[in-house]
Amino acid sequence: MSAIILKIDNISKQYRLGLVGTGTLSDDLKRWWFRILKKPDPFLKVGTINDRSKKSDSNYIWALKNINIEVEEGEVLGIIGKNGAGKSTLLKILSRITMPTTGVVKSKGRIASLLEVGTGFHPELTGKENIYLNGAILGMTKAEIKEKETAIIEFSGCQNYIDTPVKRYSSGMRVRLAFAVAAFLEPDILVIDEVLAVGDAEFQKKAIGKMQDISRGEGRTVLFVSHNMASVKALCTRAIVLEHGEMVFEGGTDEAVSFYLKGGADLINHRQFGNTINKEVFQLHHISIKNTTRAIEDAIVEDEAIELKTALSFKASNPEDYHITYHLFNEMGEAMFSFSNTSEPLQKGNNVLCCYLPKGFLQSGQYFLSFFFVKDRRKAIFIEKDIMSFVVADGKRDIGVYMGKEPGYIRPQFKWERLDD
Amino acid sequence: MLINLIDLTLHVTHVILEGICIFIVILARLKPQSVHTSKESPWLYTISSKRKLVDFNFKEIWQYKDLMFLFVRRNVIAVYKQTILGPLWYLIQPLFTALTFTIIFNKVANIDTGTVPPFLFNLAGISVWAYFKNCLTGTSNTFSANAGMFSKVYFPRVIIPLSVIITNLVKFGIQLLIFIGFYVYYYSTGSQIQINKLIVLFPVLVMVMGLFGLGIGMLISSMVTKYKDLKFLIGFGVQLLMYLSAVMYPLSLMREKLPRFAWLVEYNPMAYVIETARYMLLSDGVISWPGLIYTTIVTVLVLFFGLLVFNATEKRFIDTI
Repeated sequence: MSAIILKIDNISKQYRLGLVGTGTLSDDLKRWWFRILKKPDPFLKVGTINDRSKKSDSNYIWALKNINIEVEEGEVLGIIGKNGAGKSTLLKILSRITMPTTGVVKSKGRIASLLEVGTGFHPELTGKENIYLNGAILGMTKAEIKEKETAIIEFSGCQNYIDTPVKRYSSGMRVRLAFAVAAFLEPDILVIDEVLAVGDAEFQKKAIGKMQDISRGEGRTVLFVSHNMASVKALCTRAIVLEHGEMVFEGGTDEAVSFYLKGGADLINHRQFGNTINKEVFQLHHISIKNTTRAIEDAIVEDEAIELKTALSFKASNPEDYHITYHLFNEMGEAMFSFSNTSEPLQKGNNVLCCYLPKGFLQSGQYFLSFFFVKDRRKAIFIEKDIMSFVVADGKRDIGVYMGKEPGYIRPQFKWERLDD
Repeated sequence: MLINLIDLTLHVTHVILEGICIFIVILARLKPQSVHTSKESPWLYTISSKRKLVDFNFKEIWQYKDLMFLFVRRNVIAVYKQTILGPLWYLIQPLFTALTFTIIFNKVANIDTGTVPPFLFNLAGISVWAYFKNCLTGTSNTFSANAGMFSKVYFPRVIIPLSVIITNLVKFGIQLLIFIGFYVYYYSTGSQIQINKLIVLFPVLVMVMGLFGLGIGMLISSMVTKYKDLKFLIGFGVQLLMYLSAVMYPLSLMREKLPRFAWLVEYNPMAYVIETARYMLLSDGVISWPGLIYTTIVTVLVLFFGLLVFNATEKRFIDTI
């Protein structure tokens, strides 16, 4: 256990919706009056949680509410959450761009933030001049930059253009140069916001590699915000999940990523739809997924066959024109495959269809099913994303064999045969 | 040649100012307060909503001094990139303004400048006024012009207005060279001009003027973040202020011709600065010590409030802009 280098203590940030500013003049006066009376700010009590999709009745919202995090030295902390969950606000507070409404951040090290690559680049200056300017903006001294100049230029791969004004650069080259400067920053704590999503594939690979060096090799403390779960998993040692400005999960990277992807909701492996999905041509009654040999309450294990049961009633007279299609997603949100009831067509009236996945087909992990009701094999007339989410647990393994996770998401058991030679 | 000259000026300014910075840092270190905080808490710094009224961290600004000089470099160099005349533009502006003023105010309107050639009289006033004006307008858009950068990265925001002041100092230095050129020309052609021995205090005068511009600029830049109307006011406000600053006429002439309105000029600290500058450079007019003391007090007050307001703004403006 190493020392705590950064302590985020009960940080909250309040914004006012609509107009700019912290409030109207009358709110300002009220606030000022309460301050004279040494009472707490009255507007800190109001405010709703930060949910983008719901219209709130209060003018004040909490972009962040009571965030407590302790970061150890050398740790790479991932911060994940949906758009508007408060990730960037948190980073902005950490980078001292904006102030928290309440709470304190304490740091034992110099924080450098990389919320954007190429901040302060001046189009008229040459590449080299911009390296110095950008480096200084990020907090390096002139001597530090001079020392690393050759390495930065080499890393950027812009040797040929280094004395050309940056306005003549392609956008890709500009980003390369900017990232190169940032990559050679040496603060105690580095705060990064999705800057890896830049440049071409080759450069991305290089950038991720450099990031890994920074965090693993040089033992620097890094706070990393990204939507790319694969890079979070590759880089971070620990992660937190933000939702509507509140921290809803803290723990290992893998757990945090799957927590985030299932949206924080409980696992659903059987659902009764009642009258909620009642369309013109069909009504969905229920869907369930379980091991064939086990009860619905039991966890699904990888070394047993899995059955997916769909119950619906078809109301129109042309059932042969319609199909059910499922898309299966893994916990990274990547589509694995799709499957349809082509071999067992729908019939008019009630249908209970069961689909079997052979044993050992799905690796342990979390999966999501999306439901599509397809007309004429090309047009989805109804889509319900993440209609099911389920976890496939590790099967029984013998003591002494490999206990970790095998690579990949499927583990088909192919036919093996001995041939005579 | 001129580009080399600018590089040299930049370098010299850098060295001189770094010396001043070191001096300030030593002064700041002498205060027991800074040592005290670092010993008491194991934390390097804290970020919270509480703010001190005066929170001016010299040590931090010192750490970012390289950034300040790189901004100065950028400001000076970027202006004349891809222009034909390049840095000559720094000279063309005051020369032609002085020429226009000489024709209109001295030849047409017959303003008397005594033994001093009118052109030199105007050039001195204009160069000095331009420095103040550039400091004021350059710093007054600190927040709005740099909002993009300020929303992405932290550095002490005061670095930006400071770099503007220094950039203008470089420009002013170049313009002063032209002034010296004409000075020598007029002197050699037998004009009755002479430098006053008080010229040794000229750098102090320039500093006071720069700080005055900085103070007002910081006040305005802070207020502009909330009330964008001010942006429109500055442009012509500065223009009007010039006519009240005794740039193209001596203060004595105002007293003589428009005694009822002379107080407008007398209350303007810049009028004393310009009068004094002309006195130092050309031995023209009189030096008013009470006026200068008044100017200094106003400068200190404006600078103090400017820093105070700027300091409060830099922490919350990103949510209001």
